[in-house]
Amino acid sequence: MKVHEYQAKAMMARSGIPVPRGEVASTPEEACAATSRLGGRSVLKAQVYAGGRGKAGGIQTANSPEEAEALARGLLGTRLVTHQTGPEGVPVNKLLVEEPVSIAGQLYLGIVIDLASRLPVMMASAAGGMDIEEVARDQPDKIIKVHVDLATGFRAYQGRKLAYGVGLRQELVNPAAALMASLYRLFEASDCSLAEINPLAITAKGELLAVDAKLNFDDNAEFRHKDLVEMRDDEQEDPIEVRAKKSGIQNYVKVDGTIGCMVNGAGLAMAVMDLITLCGGRAANFLDIGTANNTDRVVNSFRIFMADPSVRAILVNIFGGMARTDIIASGIVEAHRQLDITVPVVVRLAGTNVQEGKRILRESGLKLIEAADFKDAAEKAVAAVQGGKVL
Amino acid sequence: MSILLDQKTRLLVQGITGGEGSFHAERCLRYGTKVVAGVTPGKGGSQVAGVPVFNTVEQAVAGAGTNASIIFVPAPFAADAILEAADAGLKLVICITEGIPIMDMVRVHRHLDRRTTTLIGPNCPGVISPGKALAGIMSGDIHLPGNVGLVSRSGTLTYESVAQLTKLGIGQTTCVGIGGDPLPGSTFVGILKLFEKDRDTRAVVLIGEIGGTMEQEAAEFIRSGMSKPVVAFVAGATAPPGRRMGHAGAIISGSSGRAEEKMEVLRQAGAFISQSPAGIGEAMKKVMDRLAQ
Repeated sequence: MKVHEYQAKAMMARSGIPVPRGEVASTPEEACAATSRLGGRSVLKAQVYAGGRGKAGGIQTANSPEEAEALARGLLGTRLVTHQTGPEGVPVNKLLVEEPVSIAGQLYLGIVIDLASRLPVMMASAAGGMDIEEVARDQPDKIIKVHVDLATGFRAYQGRKLAYGVGLRQELVNPAAALMASLYRLFEASDCSLAEINPLAITAKGELLAVDAKLNFDDNAEFRHKDLVEMRDDEQEDPIEVRAKKSGIQNYVKVDGTIGCMVNGAGLAMAVMDLITLCGGRAANFLDIGTANNTDRVVNSFRIFMADPSVRAILVNIFGGMARTDIIASGIVEAHRQLDITVPVVVRLAGTNVQEGKRILRESGLKLIEAADFKDAAEKAVAAVQGGKVL
Repeated sequence: MSILLDQKTRLLVQGITGGEGSFHAERCLRYGTKVVAGVTPGKGGSQVAGVPVFNTVEQAVAGAGTNASIIFVPAPFAADAILEAADAGLKLVICITEGIPIMDMVRVHRHLDRRTTTLIGPNCPGVISPGKALAGIMSGDIHLPGNVGLVSRSGTLTYESVAQLTKLGIGQTTCVGIGGDPLPGSTFVGILKLFEKDRDTRAVVLIGEIGGTMEQEAAEFIRSGMSKPVVAFVAGATAPPGRRMGHAGAIISGSSGRAEEKMEVLRQAGAFISQSPAGIGEAMKKVMDRLAQ
C-alpha cells in the first residue's frame, strides 16, 4: 500500500530525518494561511499516489500568500494526469505547502528488498532528482549499494561507504550515515516495501534535507500496522478495485476488455486472461477469488461484474484445491438469486468436490453455459461476447 | 523414484486443528500419505482424524518420528512455524500459508541458510508424488504415476496442467508448487536439479509467471546443466505492467519480468515453449513421443 508524501515525511521526521517545514492544506484559504506562517513564500505540492508530478504541473511555487491561494484554487479539486496515471488521472484533494529550499546539491537514497540476495539493500546515487530506474538502466555504476544483514542492522561503516561513494564532503558524512540508519530502522520497523528520498538535498546552508519522500508498505504486513491502514486514501485508487477490496476480494485488477473473469489462483487467473486473448477476446479484469470458502465472495464478484459497464460476458473457471467447487457453485446460484445477471455466464468447474458442484448448478435450473475444460471455457466466453450461438 | 516425497515420508501437519489443516490432513491420509502427527500449541494430547496432536514440533519428532512438515498456520504465525520445523531438524518443510510478510521471510532465509532444511513455498499448493504420497492441497485424483516432473510458481494453473498431462496418459514422478511469493524457499533451479538427478523423471514441465528473474535463472541451468527436455509456459502475457497480479511476486516492474521476455530466454536455452496454457499437455506429448523413438 501507498501513503501520501506528507504522511511519509511525517513518519520520517518522527524517525529523526530532517524534512522541510510544511503544512497540509485542503482549501485555498488553508494554503494561504500556511504560506503566511512559512514566511510568505511556499511550494505547493499536489498529494497524489503518482510520480511525475512536477512535469504534470502538480508542483508550483508561490511568492505570496495570495498567490498560494490562487494556485491552490487551480489545483484542488482537479485531477492530475502524469506519466504514471491513466488518462483519467488522480484527484488532488490535498496540497503539501512547504517552505522553499535553496538546493546546492541533490542525492538519491532508497531501500528495497533485493530478491537475489534476499536481503534489504540500500542504494545511494549522486544522480539525485532523476528517475532511479533510468539511472539503473543507463548508468548502473552511478548507484552504490549495501546489503543489510538483519542480525547486525544497518551499520555506521555502511553509511560512510555510501556517503563517501556519492562524494559527500567530510562534515556531511556522519550526518548522512546517521540519516541512512534512521531510514533503515523505519523501513524495517514499518514493513516497507520501498523507502525512498529523492532528492535528498544538500541545502545552501550545507544541511541534509529530505525534499521528496516516498514510502510503500508490504500489504502482507497490514495485520501488524493498523495505524498505516488508516492512512490509506481510497480516492486515489480505481473505484471498482476499492469496492472489490472492501468486499473481501483482495486480488482484482481492472483491465480493458469485455469478459469478466472469476478464477481461483493468481497463475490460473493470468493464464485465463492469456487464453482469452489467444482466442480473440479480451478479459475485463484479473480476479483471483482466493481460497476462503464462502458464497459471499462469489456473489460480490458477480456484483462487481454487473457494476462494470464494459463486461459483456462472465467466465468462471475454478480448479478446486483448497477452494471447494460445491461452495463456488452455491455462490453462483446465490448471485443469480440476489442480482440481475444480464450477460451470458460460462462456468467451468474441476477439482475438489466437483461432482457436488456440478449437481448444484444442474439442479438450479439456471441458464449457464457449461464448459468442459479451460480452453472450451475461453472459446465459449469469446463466442458469447461476439454474439455466437452458444446459448 | 520421485523427488522430495515418497512412501518413507512421515508427515507432520502444523496447524492441524484449524479448518484447512484438518480438511487437508484427512485428504493427505486418504491419498495414502503417512500423516503421523499434528502440531497446534495448546492442543497437545488430542487427535484429528486419528492423528496424534502435539504442542511442539520437537515433541512430534520425538513422539511420532516425523521427518517432513506441511504448514497451515495463519500468516502472522507462519514464519515462526517454519523456523520451529527447521530447528527441530526436519529436512523438508512445505508452507501452504499465503500472505507472510516479506520481512519475516528475509529472517527465515537468513536462518535456513545455516541449515539443511529444504523449504517449499510459502504460498504454494505443496508437493505430490503420485501413487506414493501427497503433502499438499491438490486433488490426488487428477494425478497419474509416471515419468514427467512438474515445477510451478502457481497452484491452480498446476492442477490445470496436470489434468492436461493425465488426460493424455502422461503420468508424473513428482509435482512441486514452489509458490507465488517473491522470496520462495525453493527456486526453479533447485527443483530442476533434483529432477535432473532423479532416475525416473524423463522430462519436466516448468510453469512460470511474470515478475522476478527465476525463469531466466532456470533458462541458464537448462542450457548448462539439464540433459532432460523441459516444456515451459509463462503466465501473464496480458498482464498490465506495474500491477501486482495476486501473487506478491507477480509484478512487472519497468521493462523487466515480462512473460514474452521470459519465454524467449527459455526458448533460447532449449526449452519447448507452449504459447497457450491449454497446450502444455500436447507439447509434452510431442516430447515424450520423441523420447520413445
